[in-house]
Order: sequence, then C-alpha cells, then structure tokens
Amino acid sequence: MTNKLQIILGGVFLAAAAIALPLDAAHASEGGELKHVNWSFNGPFGTFDRAQLKRGFQVYREVCSACHSVKFMSYRNLSEAGGPEYTDAETKTIAATNKVMDGPDRDGEMFERPAEPKDRIVKPFPNDNAARAANNGALPPDLSLMTKARHDGPNYVYSILTGYADAPEGVVMADGMNYNHYFPGQQIAMPPPLSDDQVTYEDGAPATLDQMAQDVSAFLTWTAEPKLEDRHKLGLKVVLFLIVFAGLLFASYKRIWKDQH
Amino acid sequence: MSGHSEFQPTSAPAKWLERRLPILSLLHGAAVAFPTPKNLNYWWTFGGILMFCLGVQILTGIILAMHFTPHVDMAFSSVEHIMRDVNYGWLIRYIHSNGASMFFIAVYIHMFRGLYYGSYKEPRELIWILGVVIYLLMMAAAFFGYVIVWGQMSFWGATVITNLFGAIPVVGDGLLSLLWGGFSVDNPTLNRFFSLHYLVPFLIAGLVILHIWALHVPGNNNPLGIDVKGPQDTVTFHPYYTVKDTFAVVMFMLFFAFFVFYMPNALGDPDNYIEANRLSTPAHIVPEWYLLPYYAILRSIPDKLFGVGAMGLAIVTLFLIPWLDTSRVRSARFRPLYKQFFWLFVIDAVVLGYIGAKPPEGMYLIIGRLATAYYFFHFYIILPVLGLVETPKPLPESISKSVLDKSAAGKPA
Repeated sequence: MTNKLQIILGGVFLAAAAIALPLDAAHASEGGELKHVNWSFNGPFGTFDRAQLKRGFQVYREVCSACHSVKFMSYRNLSEAGGPEYTDAETKTIAATNKVMDGPDRDGEMFERPAEPKDRIVKPFPNDNAARAANNGALPPDLSLMTKARHDGPNYVYSILTGYADAPEGVVMADGMNYNHYFPGQQIAMPPPLSDDQVTYEDGAPATLDQMAQDVSAFLTWTAEPKLEDRHKLGLKVVLFLIVFAGLLFASYKRIWKDQH
Repeated sequence: MSGHSEFQPTSAPAKWLERRLPILSLLHGAAVAFPTPKNLNYWWTFGGILMFCLGVQILTGIILAMHFTPHVDMAFSSVEHIMRDVNYGWLIRYIHSNGASMFFIAVYIHMFRGLYYGSYKEPRELIWILGVVIYLLMMAAAFFGYVIVWGQMSFWGATVITNLFGAIPVVGDGLLSLLWGGFSVDNPTLNRFFSLHYLVPFLIAGLVILHIWALHVPGNNNPLGIDVKGPQDTVTFHPYYTVKDTFAVVMFMLFFAFFVFYMPNALGDPDNYIEANRLSTPAHIVPEWYLLPYYAILRSIPDKLFGVGAMGLAIVTLFLIPWLDTSRVRSARFRPLYKQFFWLFVIDAVVLGYIGAKPPEGMYLIIGRLATAYYFFHFYIILPVLGLVETPKPLPESISKSVLDKSAAGKPA
C-alpha cells in the first residue's frame, strides 16, 4: 500500500523535475555560457543574506543609481522583512538624502521635500528622453525586475558585471560600445561600471569587483522577488501538509475499495 | 440522466426544497449514486482535476481582477503592485499564472486518455466534441490572460496572433479592427481582452456542465472500452470515486505547489517581465508552451494564408476524430497496431511543441514540416485505414469478470 503511494509521489516529483530541468537547459543565453554563483537564495530553503543585500544596496546607490532606476521599489521596502532589513530610522535617513517633487500645495505651487519611506526610490532621470540624452542615446533599463527578465537572471547580471574584456582581434566595435563576453551580440553600451575598491563597504568587507558584482546581483534578485523568503517558507508548510493529507486520503481510498477487489 | 437514485430527502427543509426544485435528487443522482465502472484507472481522475483547475483559475482570477488595472500605462505596474503590496498577492498571482499551465497539462493528459481508450466513440461523440469546444475556449482564455499583463511577449504575441486573423480572405481586415478596436494592438485591445478574459471562463463552466451531462447519459467509458453489462460492473460514484479523485487532486496539488513555490517562473518567458514596448521587437516571439504545436504547424507552411489554414485544420480535425476512426473497438489495449500509432502520435505532438519553440530555420524547419505532415497523416490516413485492416484482440466478456481474473492472476496458485 505505502509502496504504491511512494511510487505515485515519486512520479509527481519526477514529472515536475522532468519538465523543469530541460526548461532550464533550453534557456541558454545568446551570450557566452553564464558563470554560476552558489547563491544563498537558491533552492527550496534559500534565504537572502542580509549583509549581502545591504552591501548590494550600497553598490546600487553609489554606482548603478547614477543611471538605472528601480522604479517598483519604495524606501519602506528596505526595512521590510525578507529584505536588507534596515531599521526604520536608517531607512528614514537613507530616504531623506534624496529630494522628491510634491504638491501642489495650498497656493497651487509644486515644492521639493526630502524623500520619506513611503516614496518610490528616486529615479536618476525625470524621463526616458533625458536618460537617453545623458547616455549617448542608449536607455539604461530599469533594474527592478532585471533578474526575472533574463534567463537565469542572477547569474546573468553577475556575468555581465564581471564579463568585460578587450575586444578580441578582428571584432569591430560600434562607436561608444564596450565588449562584454556575456551580452547578446557581445557589444554593450554600458561602460564597465565596477572596478576594485570602487565603494568602501560600511561593513568593512573587501570591495573586489567580484564581491561587488555578487552583492548587487543578490540585491537585484531581492528587488525582483521581494517575497522570495515568504514563498519558500510557505511552500514548505504547504508541501508537508499536502503529503500528509495525500497519505490519509490514500489510506481512506484503500479502505473504501477493500470490498471491491 | 442515467443513475436515477431513489433519493428520499429526510429533513423538512430538504423535503420542502425537493417538492419545488428537485435539485438535491439531481445532485445525488449525478455525484453520489451515479453508477461508475469499477475498473477506472488513474488516467480517469483528470476530469476531476480539471474541475479543480477551473475553480482555482476563477477564484484567483476574481481576486486578481480586484487589483488589476486594464490600461496600457498601468497594467504592467498593477501586476507588480499585486506582487509586492497586496497581501499574499504574489501567491495568488503565481497560482493563477502557473494554474494556466497546470490546466493545460491536465487537459492534454485528459485528451490523450480519450484518444488511447477510444472515449470519443459511439455513443460518446458529443462528449468529445463538447470537450474540444472547451479546449478551444481554454486556449482563448489563456491567450487573453497572457496579453493583458502587458509584458513584451504579451504585446508581440498579441500582434502576431491577431495578425493571423488578418490573413482570412474578405473578412480579415474587418475582423482585425474588431479584435484591435483600432489600427494596432493598443489600449482598446487590452480593454476588450480583459473583458473577454473574465467572460470566457464562465462559458467554459457552462460547457463543463453540458460535458458532464452528456457523459452521464451513457456513463463513463473504461480502460477495457466495453459496455457496462450490469450492476456487478459498477460502483457508486460516492464514496468510491470521490475518494480516489480527491486523492488524485491532492497529488496534483503537490505537483502544482512545486511550481508555485519553488520555480514560479520556469514555465513563463523572461521577456514578459519587460513592459510592453512597441518600438522594440523581441528576438524570438514565441507563444506559451501549450500553444507551441500549433505554432509549429503554422510556421511550417511558407504561405501565411495556408499556414493559418493548416493551423485551423489541425484544430478542426479534433472535432472529426469520432468519424475518422473507423474501428469499433474502443480501447487501445485490444488494438495492437493502434496502440503503437497512438504513441507515435504522442511523440509527434511533443516534437511539434519542441519545434514551435525554435526558430523556423535549417533542421528545425525540416523536422517541423515532417511532423506537421505526420499530424495530418495520423488522423486522415492511419486512423481510417487502421480500423479496416487491424485485427483486434478478443474482448473480455465483462468488466467484473476481467477484474476478477486480474486479481486471481495476481495471487499465487
């Protein structure tokens, strides 16, 4: 009896794996084969590393945010559970370093005020045209969902950030483009954004290119999937419940059908 | 409806209701006392699983519609609002988006079950036809739903698919403006697709009732494909099949949960996490996996009109299966040749799906064309001819006898 149950249960998981694995393999990027990092958020029990998210946010804030927005994120998200978990006071301080336009006030005038936790993280440019004008015609994409908008996103972002090189001989680069091994077509408008010791980490971690690339990729995985930890935690409970429930139902099934065979 | 029960309400309110609207005895006859062949295997549980899928999609869909904004400037960000700010919004939306795939996994198993065991044959032709209509509506609902979230693949998928209707002679252009509500895929398109996306599931629900009603006239087919001879061949639906179907639904929920909680985006295209942009065309425009075989058929024909025609015929063919199959024997268990061709067809369908995801060039194009040709060859040549030339194995006398023989054979003498 339990054998049959085990076979069916095994079949269900095998079927899921059989569908899922080729999907992953089929989705190779058009750039080079991506580098792989052993992320803390991988796997069914994966969680974010708070210190890493804080470092990643620091890299975003000091480097990426000069050109890239994260328009779906608000400052308040920084102090919410499952993220970098800054304190409310820290979040207020971080928000207040930026200015937002508010209004109209009682006199009908728009006015500037320091950003508050309720505000969206301030964008570097007021609109896409301004962004293009400042970037040689190229539009720096919003990064909120970047790790979900590319196959194997976290590894893709990490590979791009660490994938700059001199163009191999014979490769003709278009004007203002940079050679990147992992970018589709190998020509990317973004100049190499990170170099060793570009930021001074608040937690004292050594700011190597590799470290910064990993940290900001982890941060962008959180911006794309801020409920990842809730999802993993609830998933475990649901799966355990369903397995027990299935076992009880299978026993009932055997008992009810006993007189029929 | 067969399976008239001698249902007698006992409580006073039930008696009151029964005299005015005999709905309790109707339900009792349909879902409790309904005589069901005792030899149904697990492939028969997918009907119940599909009812579960429809229920889940409607329930999660109603909640999502409370938070979604069907406007080109806000649709994409309202989905992100659901993912980030609505309580358990991420869960509801991941159940709904993966639920569409689960629905199609279940319906394909259900359809292949019907093909293997000949469930479409006399007197069950209309059950099959209603099922194909439901399947068509499912494809429509899934397509509308995929478009309204307004990602890159939504927009460009909608552009490609709606343009297919433009290939139809005479009415094409008119049909196209009607679908678009303008001169391209734009805000009016999004609005009407949202309206239709909410409508179609209820049409499906209505057709499911007809599908089950039509099923309950002759009763279930079964793995032996022979008719029920008497009460010794059947058990009551409840509790025998309610418990088995519930067990199967829970196993299916486990499979479903695996995707929702641990790989919620594995079945989707990453491009749909980029907001729709009419100025930038994705490198490869591909539909969701469940439509890929038809997409492969469409692209295997170099002419647009004939491509659309072939795709249309591939779907119309499904309606004709009860008459294309000339064999009187239902179950593939007793059809040694058909059994092999059935599996060849399954492989062909999988190959078409694989080709549909690949660019139409080189080997992919050649394989796609061969697989397309085989699709039609299977239905229009193999099915009719096989019924005439194949010698079926002898059929068992009755379901109960076969069940007894099997359990006797399982024990040592």
